[in-house]
Amino acid sequence: MKHFLKTASAAAVLLASFSASAADIKPSVVFDMGGKFDKSFNEGVYNGVEKFKKETGIKYREFEVTNEAQREQAIRRMAKRGSDIVLGIGFAQSDAVKKVAGEYPNGQFAIIDGFVIAPNVNAILFKEHEGSFLVGMIAAMKSKTGTVGFVGGMDIPLIRRFGCGYLQGAKHANSSVKVIQNMTGTTPSAWNDPGRGGELTKGQFAQGADVVFAAAGGTGVGVYQAAKDAGKFAIGVDSNQNHLHPGTMLTSMIKRVDVAAYNTFMNAKNGTWKGGITSLGLAEDGVGWALDKHNRSLISADMENKVEAARKDIIAGKIKVHDYMDGNKCNM
Amino acid sequence: MSSSPVKPLPRWIDVGLVPVINIVIALLVSGLIIFAIGENPWEAVKIMAYGALGFDEGIGYTLYYMTNFIFTGLAVAIAFHTGLFNIGGEGQAYIGGLGVGLCLLALDTALPIWILLPLCILASGLFGAAWAAVPAYLQAYRGSHIVITTIMFNFIASALMVYLMVNVLIKPGQMSPQSVTFAEQSHLPFMSEVFAWFGMEIAQTPLNVTVFWAIFCCIALWAFIWRTKWGFETRAVGHNEPAAVYGGVDPKRTIMIAMFISGGLAGFVGLNEIMGVHHKLLLNFQFGYGFTGIAVALMGRNHPFGIVLASLLFGILYQGGAELAFEMPKITREMVVTIQGLVILFSGALAYMSVPWVSKVYNILAADKPVPSDSISAEGEA
Repeated sequence: MKHFLKTASAAAVLLASFSASAADIKPSVVFDMGGKFDKSFNEGVYNGVEKFKKETGIKYREFEVTNEAQREQAIRRMAKRGSDIVLGIGFAQSDAVKKVAGEYPNGQFAIIDGFVIAPNVNAILFKEHEGSFLVGMIAAMKSKTGTVGFVGGMDIPLIRRFGCGYLQGAKHANSSVKVIQNMTGTTPSAWNDPGRGGELTKGQFAQGADVVFAAAGGTGVGVYQAAKDAGKFAIGVDSNQNHLHPGTMLTSMIKRVDVAAYNTFMNAKNGTWKGGITSLGLAEDGVGWALDKHNRSLISADMENKVEAARKDIIAGKIKVHDYMDGNKCNM
Repeated sequence: MSSSPVKPLPRWIDVGLVPVINIVIALLVSGLIIFAIGENPWEAVKIMAYGALGFDEGIGYTLYYMTNFIFTGLAVAIAFHTGLFNIGGEGQAYIGGLGVGLCLLALDTALPIWILLPLCILASGLFGAAWAAVPAYLQAYRGSHIVITTIMFNFIASALMVYLMVNVLIKPGQMSPQSVTFAEQSHLPFMSEVFAWFGMEIAQTPLNVTVFWAIFCCIALWAFIWRTKWGFETRAVGHNEPAAVYGGVDPKRTIMIAMFISGGLAGFVGLNEIMGVHHKLLLNFQFGYGFTGIAVALMGRNHPFGIVLASLLFGILYQGGAELAFEMPKITREMVVTIQGLVILFSGALAYMSVPWVSKVYNILAADKPVPSDSISAEGEA
């Protein structure tokens, strides 16, 4: 058995090296502290680059940072090793990408969620507030109690942007709706604390909420479970999480980091990569809400029509969703 | 040891050979695990050693980690000497960094670096010390256990920092909860810059001149513990509090002094990180150093010299581990943490596991030699 595995893996390596022979690029990705299996943001990127690997047969270098100092170290190392494209993940890597991109002016760099202006950096930003607006509408329309909840991960501006969009969407659908907001914690462990997520959710249910939106990475798992146990509704985040608890998961606010990561590598491979800011909102299908067989029965035709109308209005500019980053406050 | 003919181990074996044996055992077990996941253990050790000590960039990162570990290791050690378990190094380092950050945000352009540096040393030390002083007061005068209070204060520190960074000190209009970057003239020189003054070129790493301050702190703490009245009092309280009281020592005051120094030392991590490396205030710069300091102090037997060696070892493990994760795709960062954990397990928790065997071998080898004279001091130390 072992021998067979060895042969098989050797054959696979051989195969990969054959298919990856001609004029291939060397891509690399630096995951952030959450790790590539965080069931959320980093994992989305991982899925995207894995898809790239599967389709093209091109292997990529990867690194998961464990402390502040390693971000710059890892990105510089990737550049030094001759990576054609270095993809940084998360706003925390912005400064490191900016610095190393300055040191390697001929290198190509990309960063997801980070705002970096440089000719050889492609900064990919998502309009999370637009997607959150739509799921906020759905929550308010579905709620029987007129109270909806929001559970954030770590209390940082990015998560407040989710919460602010959600609040606006809920108020848009029902101006008298009450929105309860809680953050899970103040340390990075808040991204992966399902127990606390569940407790916060139960607390929100006790205050009358019957739909809860989690923007909290791995913590969301606890939020969804609590909603299922209580027979209430929950809304997923980042990837389509509708399948986790059909009947409980009302919808998911999708943020297509996987597509962004995949496209970054693909463009670099095809020579169509460009620096600059890429902003992905509803219009670009970078964010959105998920409707599939798992939640079809929960969303009425009337709700769907209203949300789709709002989506078109946001794209057309008829509805302006305030961005928390715009002045660092939520104008309501 | 119970049986009477067994000779006590000489000091060089107790503090020199036994730790080395423990590390070798830990590496052997790590090697087995690496072998089990299908990588070459010998290759892994080579990558780790080369990555940590083989070239200028690796050495720079190793010594940079060492700097932080020295501060937190010393912080834990001084508390240990007083019989206190300070688990709050994490929070004290965090608040120490806040002190440096506030100092630089206010004065980075107003004052030259040679005035700023002592000010920032003071700020980081005082902020860290103040954060330790509250649990110390609660322990000394109210009897609240310091293990509980210091660990609680870690959470309070992180909550306070998040509040300040997200709402107050953030540079407006950006995603990251970070302050503005301090003026260039207030940055501590990186070692690559120091070497450049002498015409030598080395790779740029986070290693900066704070490492000299760390070494100075080791010497100063050694002098404090073993050469001053207060140091004697802290050890007296740590060894036997009633006896210390009988000898005229005020344990409450001693606890306050020891924890004040402990918090200050942990606060210097903030000096290294904020003034030396990042040049702005940000979140989680202290992540993990406070807790690793406990292992460092244990392994260094609470002696400043031992702590330098243990810090160096942990620096090697951190930097070498990162290289390992980089070079061997199968070895994930969780695997690296496992290796670090094994080293802590064998040289911290199981530190005396190998002593009976070593002692047996030593007794066979040294059967017909007289008892070495320095063995008495070794016994006293243990």
